Amino acid sequence: MAWNEPGKPGDKDPWGQRRKPGAGAPDIDRIVKNIQQKFSGLFGGLFGGGGGGGGIGRAGGFGFGLIIAVAAVIWLLTGFYIVNQGERGVVLRFGKQSEITEAGLRWHLPFPLESVEKVNVEKVSNIEIGYRSNPRTGGKSKVPKEALMLTEDENIIDIEFAVQYKIKSAADYLFNVRDVETTIGQATESAVREVVGKSTLDFALTEGRDQVSRSSRELLQGILDRYKSGIHIVAVETQKAQPPDEVKPAFDDAVKAREDEQRLKNEAEAYANDVIPRARGGAARLLQEAEGYKASVIARADGDARRFSQIANEYMKAPNVTRERLYLETMEQVLSSTTTIFIDQKVGNNLIYLPLDKLIPMGEAAASVPFVPPLTEADATMKGGSSSRSRSDLRTRGTP
Amino acid sequence: MNQTKLFALFGIALLLFITVKSTVYMVDEREKVIIVRFGQVLRYDDAPGLHFKTPFLDEARFFDSRILTMDAEPQPFLTKEKKYVVVDSFVKWRIEDALKYYLTVGGQELDARRRLEQVVNSGLRDEFGKREVQKVISADRNKIMEILTENTDREARKFGIVVVDVRIQRVDLPAEVSQSVYQRMKAERSRIANELRAQGAETAEKIRSDSERQRDILLAEAYGKAERIRGEGDAKATDIYGKAYSRAPEFYSLYRSLNAYKESFKRKEDILIVDPSSDFFRYMKKSAR
Repeated sequence: MAWNEPGKPGDKDPWGQRRKPGAGAPDIDRIVKNIQQKFSGLFGGLFGGGGGGGGIGRAGGFGFGLIIAVAAVIWLLTGFYIVNQGERGVVLRFGKQSEITEAGLRWHLPFPLESVEKVNVEKVSNIEIGYRSNPRTGGKSKVPKEALMLTEDENIIDIEFAVQYKIKSAADYLFNVRDVETTIGQATESAVREVVGKSTLDFALTEGRDQVSRSSRELLQGILDRYKSGIHIVAVETQKAQPPDEVKPAFDDAVKAREDEQRLKNEAEAYANDVIPRARGGAARLLQEAEGYKASVIARADGDARRFSQIANEYMKAPNVTRERLYLETMEQVLSSTTTIFIDQKVGNNLIYLPLDKLIPMGEAAASVPFVPPLTEADATMKGGSSSRSRSDLRTRGTP
Repeated sequence: MNQTKLFALFGIALLLFITVKSTVYMVDEREKVIIVRFGQVLRYDDAPGLHFKTPFLDEARFFDSRILTMDAEPQPFLTKEKKYVVVDSFVKWRIEDALKYYLTVGGQELDARRRLEQVVNSGLRDEFGKREVQKVISADRNKIMEILTENTDREARKFGIVVVDVRIQRVDLPAEVSQSVYQRMKAERSRIANELRAQGAETAEKIRSDSERQRDILLAEAYGKAERIRGEGDAKATDIYGKAYSRAPEFYSLYRSLNAYKESFKRKEDILIVDPSSDFFRYMKKSAR
């Protein structure tokens, strides 16, 4: 920070400032001043008098002093270090934390007075639990010991998850916990297992996945904060939550069964949707037909009745003659259209042999009557039972 | 001459360096130090930074001041219902009192870890023995960890150690028990699968039969209605015929009979065997006679 403040107030990026060609020269000045300040801070007035130790070197000559001076300059130069963007430099003076520096070219008192440890506080790192991915092949290998855990209902679930974390406090990260990565791994397992242990298998497998991740993250952050580890957990991501391989077929089958259930229901509904409208249509047809029947029967009855009445009226005028005429006409028609066998009972014996089977084909061959189509349903239901042809005959002949 | 001077200078510098190195010591942020002179502890709570001691006589011993880990080996424990569970736990601890730590465990981290493990294991045995598996996994897990942290901390203070946390990392069932859990899970799933399929069949059957019921009712009702309508038509027609025919019943029987004859005998296959004595032939007979 101190690096930047005397420069442009708006420009907070030390790199940006450093790259400007014109700004190079004042920087060096400032570094020199900084060096002086640091030394005077450390040794007080001693540093100023340090140069006066040349009393010995007078005889040794100018050369010896030069070597010492050059060595001193080189020693001072070893104090330069670069803090990259996103890093923090933690400077330790005799092992005690003295300052934390941000990105840029920095200088600390050279070894062994001060040392610096650089920590990347922007990088998001990843820890895998339950599996290890191989960055070279991109493949994954399982770690069942970590992945298999017990749920509240004493079932076993197979969960793989990844923890993303970054360092939120460089000093805490460096000074408070030994072997932070292992600690994160242990704490994550502990946290996730605690959360999963409070969930049922079905919950953790389905709708609870997000909640497991979220609760684990909170719990894990709490644990790591308690250790003052300086770690910020960005996310605990459930990579996979599934039943163990041993029981996976059974679980898959249960899922399939759920779909089967739905399918059976849908099929039945499709059937119902097919049957009921058809039945409705059929019912409508029955009613329409009945209505049609009713209308036609009444209409026919009406017609038949009128016709009968009219013929009857004529009949009344000359009943005997008309009866005779009708009878004869009918018999004429009947006998002419059929095969008639005339037998005088007085002549013949009691037993007459008639080869009917021979008579019939003969009659058929001789038949000149045109083919009569079979009766339709409407004809059969007609009241009066007579075909229209015979009736029209009656009318034409019956009405003088 | 010059050479000896240089040697002397070099020797003095070396001596100075060794003395300074023995006088000055640095305490890192990550360290605790105790100063021992002939086996006797002089100082033990130096802050990080630069410190001085008597050269050659005093010895500085360094300990880690960070939070350390005791990762216990997974161990089987019996629960209340006499089931074994394999528990993997870890302890996060820190050297608080370097003097006590130095005196009790000789500053040996391995030794300290062993002691912690003993305390934690006996704590786990006690707590697990009081609870059922289900409680251990779920409800009481946190409580067990709290109790263990507290107890272990109390014990560990004697060694100058602060226990930050005792955590159960894993609670697993032994392998052979896991197999029976898998069997149970399988059975459970197939129960669910069967139930689901049966339920599906049940629902489907209900829907089908319901639709068939609706269809039958619809058709039957329609049939009933249709027959009623037909009946109405027939009744009306009969009424009309009756009214018309009853005006001339005698003629009706003639008319109807004649029509029936014509309908009945009209094809060549119909064979009539006729007796000439019938009325129709009366003139035929007369002329023959």
